[in-house]
Amino acid sequence: MSFIELSGVQKSYGATQVLQSIDFAVEKHEVICLIGASGSGKSTMLRCINALETIDGGQILLDGDVISGPGVDVNALRRRVGMVFQSFNLFPHMTVLENLMLGQRKLLSRGKAEAEARSMELLKRVNMDHRAGYYPDQLSGGQQQRIAIIRAIAMDPEVLLLDEITSALDPELVAEVLNIVRDLAGDGMTMLLATHEMTFAAEVSDTVVFLEQGRILEQGPPEQIFRDPKEARTREFLRQVIEAGRL
Amino acid sequence: MTSATVVVEGAERSPERLSPAPKVLGLALVATGAGLALILFVAVLAGIVVPGTAFGLWFSVLGFLFAAICVFVAFTSLGMAVKSARLQKSGAVLDARALADRAKERAFVSLGISVMLLVVLAVLMLITMNDAAVAKTFFQWELIAKSSLDVVQAFGVNIFIAVIAQIFVLVFGLILAIGRMLPGKAGRPIRALAITYIDVMRAVPAIIVLYLVGFGLPLAGIPFLSDFSPVWFAIVALTLTYSAYVAETFRVGIEQIHPSQASASRSLGFSYAQTLRYVILPQAIRAVIPTLLTTFIALQKDTSLVNIIGTMDAFNQAKFYASSNFNLSSVTVVAILFVIITIPQTRAVDWMLERGNIARRGGAK
Repeated sequence: MSFIELSGVQKSYGATQVLQSIDFAVEKHEVICLIGASGSGKSTMLRCINALETIDGGQILLDGDVISGPGVDVNALRRRVGMVFQSFNLFPHMTVLENLMLGQRKLLSRGKAEAEARSMELLKRVNMDHRAGYYPDQLSGGQQQRIAIIRAIAMDPEVLLLDEITSALDPELVAEVLNIVRDLAGDGMTMLLATHEMTFAAEVSDTVVFLEQGRILEQGPPEQIFRDPKEARTREFLRQVIEAGRL
Repeated sequence: MTSATVVVEGAERSPERLSPAPKVLGLALVATGAGLALILFVAVLAGIVVPGTAFGLWFSVLGFLFAAICVFVAFTSLGMAVKSARLQKSGAVLDARALADRAKERAFVSLGISVMLLVVLAVLMLITMNDAAVAKTFFQWELIAKSSLDVVQAFGVNIFIAVIAQIFVLVFGLILAIGRMLPGKAGRPIRALAITYIDVMRAVPAIIVLYLVGFGLPLAGIPFLSDFSPVWFAIVALTLTYSAYVAETFRVGIEQIHPSQASASRSLGFSYAQTLRYVILPQAIRAVIPTLLTTFIALQKDTSLVNIIGTMDAFNQAKFYASSNFNLSSVTVVAILFVIITIPQTRAVDWMLERGNIARRGGAK
């Protein structure tokens, strides 16, 4: 049995079917990159795993437990499944340290000293400990995204979902964020990334998944997907990416 | 840098390629005319309204002074406009433009002072016309002095009602706003209740709610509630009315927080209620503080309605003086008191918001 299993997962917004019967499995400590054009269903897939979207059909399992459907304690689930967004979404009325401590204090019932120690340790790890007292508005996009990642990590999640976390960043800030993801992969964190950074996907992932119109068209190790894609549509997509200078 | 220099040099060699300086002569003439008309207006008023009094003297001196400033500024504008036109003809187009610009600004300054002076004169005229009838009725210093102490003391009642009602309004208004936005099927009856309440209470005039509470509650014979003093009836009535406004203010504030904030909070594992409490409301309330203040100033002023249910507030006290002296100057005291408490609140909120913004942007303005 895999750590995360999606079987026949469907999701539609009104008449638009965004996910059509997704079957997919993630092993513990695996890093999976979801690639594909905008609107192919990458983000929706991540949001479904974290129950930010309710699915219309199929089933999602986390470590053998069914985490989709009615009656699931979504709040407990989300503590196990961390998520980082394209637009960072730090809380602007709180300092960096307060952003990091809020969930630990209120949801994990950590004491103030413990939560602060954990936050400072994480801040040091991403070289941001000198910014603990700053407000998000005072930080660059790259710095904000680094904080958003460790805010999720501070909850000690079992899996981390990263939804196009570098898409809103200026090019020169992308590396500092990707370095953290690389670090986390080295630690054995289970991660699913929706991404447009193909070079990074090729380097960091165990499996690359190509989505097209709500279906998994092709998946395999990065060498195979990027060097020898089987599907014509995957080749077409990668050709366009290379043309744009992104691979 | 280089290209700009080239253009200017080329232009000076061939001024006909430059678009001409703006024409400001007309504007300067209008400003001059307005200034001259004002002098005439001041002269007429000084002659007929208040001749021979100290007030009339001050009025004339200050009026003429300001009117003279208007005319002087307008004249300099006129001079510049003429010179600008001459420069334009001689080919120094860029100099002509710069001068025209200054002439335009001068003309607007002159017109601005003219408008201000005109408004002040109109108000003075209103007060002093008909043998200073308005002044005698509303600004009789003897009555103002005599009534001030009692009116100020009674104003304490207004402040008490306002402060207590405001606290209740904040709490009840927030409950209404949250009730109006409850999610899901289960929330529907509460939503409907909140919407009905807000719609009805915003529609009914505050003075009628005051009647209903002040005369209705005692009739109902409810233990404890019906034995309230008129002051507490006033607090209840104002709370009922203003909570409806404030609920809508809170709702607007909550709705303007981007959904991604809720997504982020929920993705950490916070419940709907926790997300409201820790993430949405702190941001929403900060965003609506200026609107809340406007509503609260209106509430404070509406405390002057409570005399209809027999509360001895500042306005009721002033009316008592007014009717026994056949003069309304005591009412002016009430107006002044409301101005005195309102302006500092506005400035305090401005200061508070500015300080918050500075903190979040890191000390830089």
